[in-house]
Amino acid sequence: MEPERIRAILVDDEELARTVLRELLAAHADVDIVCECANGFEAVKMVSELAPDLVFLDVQMPKLNGFEVLELLDRDVAVIFTTAYDTYALQAFEVHAVDYLLKPFGDDRLAAALVEARRRIQGREKLPVAALAAAARPHGALERILIRDGTRVHILPTGNVDYVEAQDDYILFHAGGKQHIKLDTLSSLETQLDPQRFVRIHRSYLLNIERLARVEPYAKDSRIAILHDGTKLPVSRSGYARLSALL
Amino acid sequence: MHPILAKPRLLALYLGGWLPLGGLLAAAFVQQASIPWGEALVIGLPLSLIHASVSLASWYLCKALPLHRQQMVRLAVAHVGAAAASSALWLALGRLWAALLAPRPTFADSVAAIQLPSPVLFFAGMLVFLFAAAVHYLILAFEASRETERVGFELQVLARDAELRALRSQVDPHFLFNSLNSISALVTADPKQARQMCVLLSDLLRSSLRAGTEAMIPLADEMALVRQYLAIESLRFGDRLQSEIQIEPGIEMSPVPTLLLQPLVENSITHGISHLVEGGFVRLDAKRNGVALVLVVENSIDAETPRQAGSGTGLENVRKRLQLSFGGRAGFRTEESGERFRAEITLPLDASHGA
Repeated sequence: MEPERIRAILVDDEELARTVLRELLAAHADVDIVCECANGFEAVKMVSELAPDLVFLDVQMPKLNGFEVLELLDRDVAVIFTTAYDTYALQAFEVHAVDYLLKPFGDDRLAAALVEARRRIQGREKLPVAALAAAARPHGALERILIRDGTRVHILPTGNVDYVEAQDDYILFHAGGKQHIKLDTLSSLETQLDPQRFVRIHRSYLLNIERLARVEPYAKDSRIAILHDGTKLPVSRSGYARLSALL
Repeated sequence: MHPILAKPRLLALYLGGWLPLGGLLAAAFVQQASIPWGEALVIGLPLSLIHASVSLASWYLCKALPLHRQQMVRLAVAHVGAAAASSALWLALGRLWAALLAPRPTFADSVAAIQLPSPVLFFAGMLVFLFAAAVHYLILAFEASRETERVGFELQVLARDAELRALRSQVDPHFLFNSLNSISALVTADPKQARQMCVLLSDLLRSSLRAGTEAMIPLADEMALVRQYLAIESLRFGDRLQSEIQIEPGIEMSPVPTLLLQPLVENSITHGISHLVEGGFVRLDAKRNGVALVLVVENSIDAETPRQAGSGTGLENVRKRLQLSFGGRAGFRTEESGERFRAEITLPLDASHGA
């Protein structure tokens, strides 16, 4: 029986690094390189459009690193990391990467990685890559938020966010008059942001306190937050307690 | 050997110091035996010089019995015993001197009047000998503390050297891995360039090893190293890396700390160019400003990429190295504005006595 063909995408910002990988893969007849990407944005877009079986992913890339690319993927795919840094090995293991190739690598090492990749792909092992990547994110306050808009990616520095609003299964980021929607929950986001800066003022609102102008009483037991740009947001009783504790 | 015996000047000073004691002895003779001053001095001064010589012997005893490692009783017995023996020897030699003088008619009466082997003189001799021992212990303690200080200072110098050597020879290993990966690609794609890259990389590594032994190199050599490094990185980044190096004519031979610029140029790549999808520039500029040498490294950065942990290590190394080598005579400052990072080093132009 002829082996199943594997459609692969190479992602590396260095032309020469892609060259060596392309050359080494030429020895494996069952692997088709369907696309080469020079940065993370392209990678997110092409994985979405081409639905490959396997991605060779560099870790250190401009704008979006390899792990951030994974977080943004909307489909499950087998991943082989390629990097000169051995420091990410543990993180790669956490996102269930097929393998972790340290540059420079040779035929043997690549062949071994492909054996495991074939096994995974043929076994149709489905792994929630994006969720795993989000879970494996390094600890510490989030400094930027990655948002997908179709095949495009926005990077939103947390300092630019005015407030975040919950909308069913989504959260809506309000930043300088623009809005960005992301599939996530407010509670999950709250745990990742700097608690000295973002306060849950209401079940449905997370506020960047640098944007707060003043708080006014609204009705019995309820208040309203007025932002520098005039936006009015409801403040719950517990939200007001949290706000007061911080100010 | 006793330290005093090694230096004739010290020995003369030491013996001279004993002469007043001889005078005191003579005064005692004048008082006790009612003999004329002249005769008392002729007998007393040599006696004091004999005691001076005998007292030197206690040095060897003090060295053999260090204070902190002996029981008090043993120390006391040893020193008192030695003092008694020395005092007896001293009086015996004194008697010999008196016996030599006695045949002369002028001295006969005086020598007879003094009664040399007196118990008082014996105890006085012992006391002086014990005093000499105390002084010897004091000298030994002083020498020991000076030695400790010297060793401490030497250790400090060694530690500083080691630190400087470590700071000098820091070439990021990931740079090596990435370069080897590029060579691995070039071997089939462009063998000529692969060979060229091997040469560049070897030159750079050799220089970085040399940096461990040579503290300072001419500015032109340092800039050549930077040029090699940038040439290697250009192969990796292609069009994404634009670089430019400028040296003001006349300062090419000014000595600068070896590989001082390396961490700055490395930073400009790892924290600058590598974060830019479209790439950017790295500019180096060396010029004279009065008696100072000003080195500037400037590069593009991505305004949206948050500063990563570890980006300060290279800068901290440069700061530390300048501080260790030049103290307050060197300056270092960095500034970041939007899409540009700038580091400026100021060195004394005559930096030849830095390390």
